[in-house]
Amino acid sequence: MTDISATELIREGPHRRTQTFRKLIAIPQAVYGLVVIGITLFAAIFAPWIAPFDPESMDFDNLLVGISESHWLGSDQMGRDTLSRLISGAQIALIVSLGAVGIGVLIGVPLGLISVYFRGFIDDVIMRFMDSLVVFPSLLIAVGLAAAMGGSLISVILAIGIANVPWMARVIRSQGLSIREMDYVAAAEAGGMSHIRIIVRHILPNSVSPVIVQSTLSMGYAVLTEAALGFIGVGIQPPTPTWGNMLQQAFPMLDQQPLLSIVPGIAIFLLVLAFNFLGDALRDVLDPRLKGVIH
Amino acid sequence: MWSYIIRRLIHMIPVMLIVTFMVYALMLAIPGDPARALIGPGESLDEEQLELIRKEYNLDRPVIVQYGLWLGKAIQGDLGRSTQNQRPIAGELRVRAAVTLQFGLVAWILAIVIGVPLGIVSAVYRGKPVDYVATVVSIGGVAIPNFWLGIMCILLFGVKLGWLPTQGYVDIWQYPLEGLKHMVLPAFALGITSWALIMRQSRSAMLEVLAQDYMRTARAKGLYERTVIWIHALRNALLPVVTVFGLQTGRIFAGAVVIETLFGIPGMGNFMVQAIFAQDFMAVQGAVLLMAVAVLVANLVTDVLYAWLDPRISFDD
Repeated sequence: MTDISATELIREGPHRRTQTFRKLIAIPQAVYGLVVIGITLFAAIFAPWIAPFDPESMDFDNLLVGISESHWLGSDQMGRDTLSRLISGAQIALIVSLGAVGIGVLIGVPLGLISVYFRGFIDDVIMRFMDSLVVFPSLLIAVGLAAAMGGSLISVILAIGIANVPWMARVIRSQGLSIREMDYVAAAEAGGMSHIRIIVRHILPNSVSPVIVQSTLSMGYAVLTEAALGFIGVGIQPPTPTWGNMLQQAFPMLDQQPLLSIVPGIAIFLLVLAFNFLGDALRDVLDPRLKGVIH
Repeated sequence: MWSYIIRRLIHMIPVMLIVTFMVYALMLAIPGDPARALIGPGESLDEEQLELIRKEYNLDRPVIVQYGLWLGKAIQGDLGRSTQNQRPIAGELRVRAAVTLQFGLVAWILAIVIGVPLGIVSAVYRGKPVDYVATVVSIGGVAIPNFWLGIMCILLFGVKLGWLPTQGYVDIWQYPLEGLKHMVLPAFALGITSWALIMRQSRSAMLEVLAQDYMRTARAKGLYERTVIWIHALRNALLPVVTVFGLQTGRIFAGAVVIETLFGIPGMGNFMVQAIFAQDFMAVQGAVLLMAVAVLVANLVTDVLYAWLDPRISFDD
């Protein structure tokens, strides 16, 4: 077996990354994912400049209008422009999904790494904790947290983030198990490298692919959960527009202006689909079995 | 078999303890004085009365002791009283859980009835138009927000066509037809993710099974193609459905919170949402506890079923 150290792999990084990206954009689903996420990101960042109206300003001369020249996607029962609110909602959708996945990665990955590196009792304790957390769907945690601290951006991100922790820990642990047994890890141990250095320089870089895949898929799920929370009214509170609370406010108007209920749902669907497609494509591209470098 | 079940039960004990502790620890996330939160909004109490509440709920003891006492009561079916109507929460939850279970069961049956045949047809006609359509539908099914699908169903079948009722709940045992009519749309919307996943799983399992030697043997024996697929292959393709069951039970419960609110179904999810708005903390805690325990039990059942169905898994190790 040719032994390649993690540091060597990192040194080859930029080249490998270009290759990975090339392989990725050869997959049509990945291109769809990247384009839709790119558009959403662009809309979120430049929202104040590209939104035709202030998302919270009311216009009582234009209540519940359909698709029209001034309101491309119509307006709601308070005359607020749906397109502008949709663009503003994109900000929240991305903040929540990034924040929630960030929490999941920042807590879950170190726990998974500690678990896989030290094994034995520590592994048992951490993984029992993770097994317990898995029992709670993110929506349930969010509802519990909302009952305790009220619905807000923080409680939503926290709830979805906590629900992500066990998945990240499990994913990196299962990948790390084989890396832990590699000769170069044993060599590093024998050479007196500190635990933290071994984990950070050898185990982490070689186990990170599935975390990237899991993070992408989790972002889609976070968008769905945020929308569901907004819809039942325990998420981020109006007047801040989110795709979920837009649907909540549109529901009583369903028979008068169905467009209001249709538009945010399509936005959620397209973005979640984009994350799912990208995640699946990343899995195909990053699959270590296809890579054939590490093993 | 029995020793396997007992072993799994023993494994479940620490997980169950951690899970219940986490539910209890929700109380720690309450900003300010939990005693005020427990008594509900609208009650102005002086320090002396608050002290009494702290004593009653053991809030003056260390957290771990509080938890132990709370768990002891919960095991005996005492989840406290609702601040909305002073009725015992456990009694209310029993009634609501029956509704949610009934409706979750219909969602499951729909998911299996749609997902499994679709997955099999898709595998048998691999690469044909029907396979593409089924695949697209299943990919969409995972990405679509279930409550939005519910809204669209209400719009189409309720508002536009007027075919099905879109609000409320009728007991299916008392009025089967009317009950089913009320159940169809919410159960369909609730089960969408599950049937999309079941379809995907049974498609890939079926593809694997169809490539096996014993399928060729079955055909060579001169069996009808129908018998080969629906009798010989189906059994093995059902295995992944069992796995999905464990994973999806939690999602079905979580989904029920939203779908019940949308369709006005008086189940556990609806109960939780009402309790949040009424700031009835203990009612939410009780419902979360019940759901978490239900998911744990579903996971156990899944493991046992899986082991029983799959001869490759041995009970001895």
